[in-house]
Amino acid sequence: MAVTGAILVGFLIAHMIGNLKIFLGASDFDHYAEWLRTMGEPAVPRRTVLTILEIVLGVSVLLHMWSAISLARRARAARPVKYQGKKKSNAQGYATHTMRYGGVVILLFVIWHLLDLTFYAVNPKGSDATPYDRVVADFDASRWYITVWYVLAVLLVGLHLRHGIWSAFQTLGLRSPRNNNALRGLAGGLAAVVTIGFIAVPISVTFGWVS
Amino acid sequence: MKLTLRIWRQKGPQDEGRMVEYELDDISPDASFLEMLDVLNERLITEGEEPVAFDHDCREGICGMCSLVINGTPHGPERMTTTCQLHMRKFKDGEVIDVEPWRARAFPVVKDLVVDRSSFDRMIQSGGYITAPTGTAPEAHSVPVPKADADHAFEAAECIGCGACVAACPNGSAALFLGAKVTHLGLMPQGQPERWDRVVSMLETHDEAGFGGCTNTGECTVACPKGIPLDVISNLNRDFLKATVGGKKK
Ligand code: HEM
Ligand code: SF4
Ligand code: FES
Repeated sequence: MAVTGAILVGFLIAHMIGNLKIFLGASDFDHYAEWLRTMGEPAVPRRTVLTILEIVLGVSVLLHMWSAISLARRARAARPVKYQGKKKSNAQGYATHTMRYGGVVILLFVIWHLLDLTFYAVNPKGSDATPYDRVVADFDASRWYITVWYVLAVLLVGLHLRHGIWSAFQTLGLRSPRNNNALRGLAGGLAAVVTIGFIAVPISVTFGWVS
Repeated sequence: MKLTLRIWRQKGPQDEGRMVEYELDDISPDASFLEMLDVLNERLITEGEEPVAFDHDCREGICGMCSLVINGTPHGPERMTTTCQLHMRKFKDGEVIDVEPWRARAFPVVKDLVVDRSSFDRMIQSGGYITAPTGTAPEAHSVPVPKADADHAFEAAECIGCGACVAACPNGSAALFLGAKVTHLGLMPQGQPERWDRVVSMLETHDEAGFGGCTNTGECTVACPKGIPLDVISNLNRDFLKATVGGKKK
């Protein structure tokens, strides 16, 4: 959970920074998209590095889900008779309680997102458009509901990170009373940066700041 | 005080069990929660009914026998307090109070509010000990222990093995109890010979007993009457990784 989560956090940060290139204009953004495919050339053929990264990501997501599902199943088995009284949670914040259903929503989002901007199946523009045009068409003001869906999913990613990053340090035995506040700060800070960085793009297109 | 109690009644391990309502009047706000149950039981006995079975022993917050999930919270609403040290003045006059046993597969109900916590004993038997011959109390300065380690070990040693951490955990995990033992013994020089075997075999026994896996929700430490901190789980994970991935366990 912690190791695969960390790989996914690294991916999210890189992906977010890449997305922000949209504010530098169409040619910069498209040039970056092209670079993703030509990384490592001419030492290795086109798309080699990108494909390796995609495999690492895919395996990480699968292992992360597998751990989450086994933990959830063990939890269900560990308490066969539920409490009758009103369920009380006395600890920590809201984010902790969103981890399981949030993870499922994030997965559904990732599937939609791949169909949208990787395979173009649900994108208004097809494969003959540029990456920039596909993003701009995707979040057009007339398609505001797509923007809302992206924003909600990213907010859940933010909550997932807010608990998950701190939790990963605890799982690896790296948290102590001395670094606890720093780790809470790191988790909250990274969650906020990633959330705002991702949300900036669809919002800017919908409001016409990027066209 | 006037109270409505909704108590889990279960005749034995095979019985299905149900919540039963009892009205109580004239309860002193200075009574402890268990004394309030004593009053109810005296009445049930005079009425020829079966009294409510619940665990208790010292009634001074040190033995770890008392349990009870009160209004959804193990050991009730007052932090850092066992059920036996909880007083009725913490409740409102006329309040409806739900009383249930610890709920975990590894803590099967014996009767009413009494659960069998011998899975904790099995965990201790699988590693929660030292093998050094202890004899009589040694001269305190003969084995020097750094002050910070001694303090942390003592903090972890405050665990009374009540199981509230498991009752509170949404995953039904006993990681806090386990972490307390591993931290307590792992910080002392006397605990070093078994250190890496201890963490692995105690965790195996934990999983075999049917406790769930920890996801760091933090509910345990809030419910713990001794305030055992989450740090002990970080220590547990660190020792486990060192013992297995780090190859320290022979
Ligand atoms: C694909 C669907 C996903 C599911 C079903 C899922 C589910 C979960 C669950 C159930 C947990 C344990 C929660 C807990 O501590 O209570 C978790 C932890 C975590 N998740 Fe996810 N998650 C998903 C996607 C992601 C993504 C996209 C990222 C990274 C960006 C991520 C990063 C993390 C991290 C860092 C942890 C903490 C690991 C630990 O405590 O050791 N997850 N996830
Ligand atoms: S860690 Fe706290 S709640 Fe858990 S058994 Fe020990 S004293 Fe009870
Ligand atoms: S009866 Fe001993 S701790 Fe409550």
